[in-house]
Amino acid sequence: MVTTANNIIFELKQVNFFYGSTQALTDISMDFEKNRVTALIGPSGCGKSTLLRLLNRMNDLIDGTRVEGEILFEGRNIYNADNDPVEIRRRIGMVFQKPNPFPKSIFNNITYGPRLTGTRNRADLELLVEQSLKQAVLWDEVKDILNKSAMTLSGGQQQRLCIARALAMKPDVLLMDEPTSALDPISTAKIEDLIEELKKNYTIIIVTHNMQQAARVSEMTGFFYLGRLIEYALTTDIFTNPQVKQTEDYITGRFG
Amino acid sequence: MNLTSDNSITWRYAKQQVFFNIVRLAALLISAALGGLLLFIIASGIQAISWDFITLPPRDSMTKGGIMPAIVGTFYLTLGAIAIALPLGVASAIYLSEYARQGTIVRIIRIGVNCLAGVPSVVFGLFGLGFFVVYLKFGSSILSGALTLGILILPTIIGASEEALKAVPQTFREASLALGVSKWGTILRIVLPNALPGILTGSILGIGRAAGETAPIMFTAAAFFTAKLPESIFDEVMALPYHVYVLATAGTHIEETRSIQYGTVLVLVALVLGIDLIAIAIRSAMRKRKKW
Amino acid sequence: MAATRQRKEQAIQMLFFLFAAFSIVLLALILIFLFREGLPIFKTVTPIDFIFGKFWYPTYEPPEYGIWPLIVGSLVVTFIASAIAVPLGVLSAVYISEIAPASIKEILKSVIELIAGIPSVVLGFFGMVILAPWMQETFDLPTGLNIMNASLVLALMAVPTISSISEDALYAVPNEFKEASYALGATKYETIVKVIIPAALSGISTAVILGMARAIGETMVVLMVAGGAAAIPESLFDSVRPMPASIAAEMGEAPFRSGHYHALFATGIVLFFLTLAFNLLADYISNRFKEVGSATL
Ligand SMILES: Nc1ncnc2c1ncn2[C@@H]1O[C@H](COP(=O)(O)OP(=O)(O)OP(=O)(O)O)[C@@H](O)[C@H]1O
Ligand SMILES: [Mg+2]
Repeated sequence: MVTTANNIIFELKQVNFFYGSTQALTDISMDFEKNRVTALIGPSGCGKSTLLRLLNRMNDLIDGTRVEGEILFEGRNIYNADNDPVEIRRRIGMVFQKPNPFPKSIFNNITYGPRLTGTRNRADLELLVEQSLKQAVLWDEVKDILNKSAMTLSGGQQQRLCIARALAMKPDVLLMDEPTSALDPISTAKIEDLIEELKKNYTIIIVTHNMQQAARVSEMTGFFYLGRLIEYALTTDIFTNPQVKQTEDYITGRFG
Repeated sequence: MNLTSDNSITWRYAKQQVFFNIVRLAALLISAALGGLLLFIIASGIQAISWDFITLPPRDSMTKGGIMPAIVGTFYLTLGAIAIALPLGVASAIYLSEYARQGTIVRIIRIGVNCLAGVPSVVFGLFGLGFFVVYLKFGSSILSGALTLGILILPTIIGASEEALKAVPQTFREASLALGVSKWGTILRIVLPNALPGILTGSILGIGRAAGETAPIMFTAAAFFTAKLPESIFDEVMALPYHVYVLATAGTHIEETRSIQYGTVLVLVALVLGIDLIAIAIRSAMRKRKKW
Repeated sequence: MAATRQRKEQAIQMLFFLFAAFSIVLLALILIFLFREGLPIFKTVTPIDFIFGKFWYPTYEPPEYGIWPLIVGSLVVTFIASAIAVPLGVLSAVYISEIAPASIKEILKSVIELIAGIPSVVLGFFGMVILAPWMQETFDLPTGLNIMNASLVLALMAVPTISSISEDALYAVPNEFKEASYALGATKYETIVKVIIPAALSGISTAVILGMARAIGETMVVLMVAGGAAAIPESLFDSVRPMPASIAAEMGEAPFRSGHYHALFATGIVLFFLTLAFNLLADYISNRFKEVGSATL
């Protein structure tokens, strides 16, 4: 695989991460490429979510956590004191495992972020809502009920709403932590199609337990085990020709 | 990573700072109010406190002497109140937490308990007067006062006990039931012992509440002055909170008895907050020890 | 064997049900005896004249039993006390549940619990001997025992109720909402004000209403520091005689089963239903919004 420096959006250098005294990530060095889908796989508890949440500094919100090493976003260390987590999160969107819309209307869910950064004009907001919902392939289903509570939507719709809400911030990166694990197969398929669509304009990093999903949607795959990055390569290589025994065991389901 | 918009990050953080400071100020004000109050109570009351003050009855139309009968009276009233409220409250809580299924009756009982908790203390006083004193002819007495206070703290005891019972993990019950122990046996041997510290905490808080209440005993139990200590539950008694009220507002010796008032206030507050602190201590010890 | 055991279990359950139902019985008894001693007043005065009558002269000849000034007195001190206690209570709850470091949080929770524990007669006493002289001097008033003083002390009494119930409500806001907000680049302040507080609003409203109910029903404070004038106030520094104060102060002197005695019980009825209304409203609000939880799948 050939990458040039300006293709890389995230660069992790020897990252260690601790929850209090327990180390959750050990010596992680890896690059994420722009406008690609990268999948993070590995058994439960191996640190996938932790890594994802490092990239937009969500782990800052947990007391007693500590990061070592460097995480460069567009060449700048996001953990530098002069980089504000609030601005970082604005540019790096996140979608969670469990759909978590606010108990507000669909419209207000989407405009929540843009309003914070100063978009107040009603017409601008309406346009943004339409664009974001269309991008998330939810527009047709909700365009007549924008003022209804987001809580009345189905789980799959809620998750797409959460994606639309993240997209409304016009982020550069979308972090997705098992975005379909709580959804039925039809909703899952819709979201996978959506990822396919989104990767034209966004860098997507997705955590998944579903091997087929990783194989279907991603170009790069990283396999984690016990807080370490065991293997990181093109998805086709990982799934057809894994170099490490543990990776092979895991993707073939012989793990344990 | 700069961002051009009319809501710059600096401005957003400035707003946050202002908000945090307002919030801190609120917390500080409340703490200062308590601190100032306690300081005043201790500083002005301490010189009145002596062994005699606590162990002697008042004399010279209550302008001198101690407050022993009021301490004794409060003790009896409180003891009576908890003796009434504890069994009733725990039994109600057992029903609500262990037996009741969601339904209209339970809903009504819950609303009833909530409403009872919200009844103003002076209305309890009126009820005690109308029911215990007049209708049941208990007269103004320890019995009437203790019953009135018991009803007053009943919702507190129910609430605390129910919470304590609910905190016992369901698995404990299932384990016992699976061994063939009856429901009642399970409650008695597994659920209650595990809920005991919580029930205890709630009861102690209830005792503190009962000891400090004035309005409910005004018409049902409290005497301005009694020459002797009570000999039966049908006697009127002096009580600490009522004593404070009486000395501070009635009679011609208000200024003269200031020092006694301060002393009584200190004794009352030390008693009530001491009781509360015991409850708080038990609770935090319990939380630390809790294994499930 | 199994049958007797089952019967025994049922008997036990029945017994506990009776205990639990006792609260309802008590509530009914309270009503019955308030009515028994209070209703006779309506032989002398119509309910409308009683509630809206402007003159409370129960010891005059002929007596006047209009409790409107007492009701106004109760409402005025309650609203002013709430105006002080609501911001203090809600903000302190926000501080405790969202902002304070763990150590301060524990201390502050104890502070609030201790305030709740202070006997009301002590707070009334404090209002009398400290606040009243200070107010009288500072503002050059005829008396320091007035609406403002009573409201301040009542506010202190209502803060623990408002704060602890609001804190429970804030604490119950699902963490997912907070994470969603932070992930969209919100500051902590924005998350608190735009997500957490709105999500906890029904609980906070319940807290406020219960705090107000507490203030309306509180007796000793208004008895000792509100001044006792049974007239409709014109300024914040006027004396008032809220309902509980009137009952507590006069019951001792009212001859047994006189018109005055019945009128005081009838005042108790009004007070009872007023606080009942507040409590039912609180119950309604807290249940109404309970079902609206986090995302359903
Ligand atoms: N808030 C936390 N405090 C302490 N330890 C934590 C915390 N969150 C996660 N951990 C620990 O860090 C390790 C990695 O957790 P993480 O959630 O990143 O795993 P994961 O790979 O996402 O697992 P899963 O597939 O189950 O989501 C685990 O051992 C976990 O117990
Ligand atoms: Mg995870």
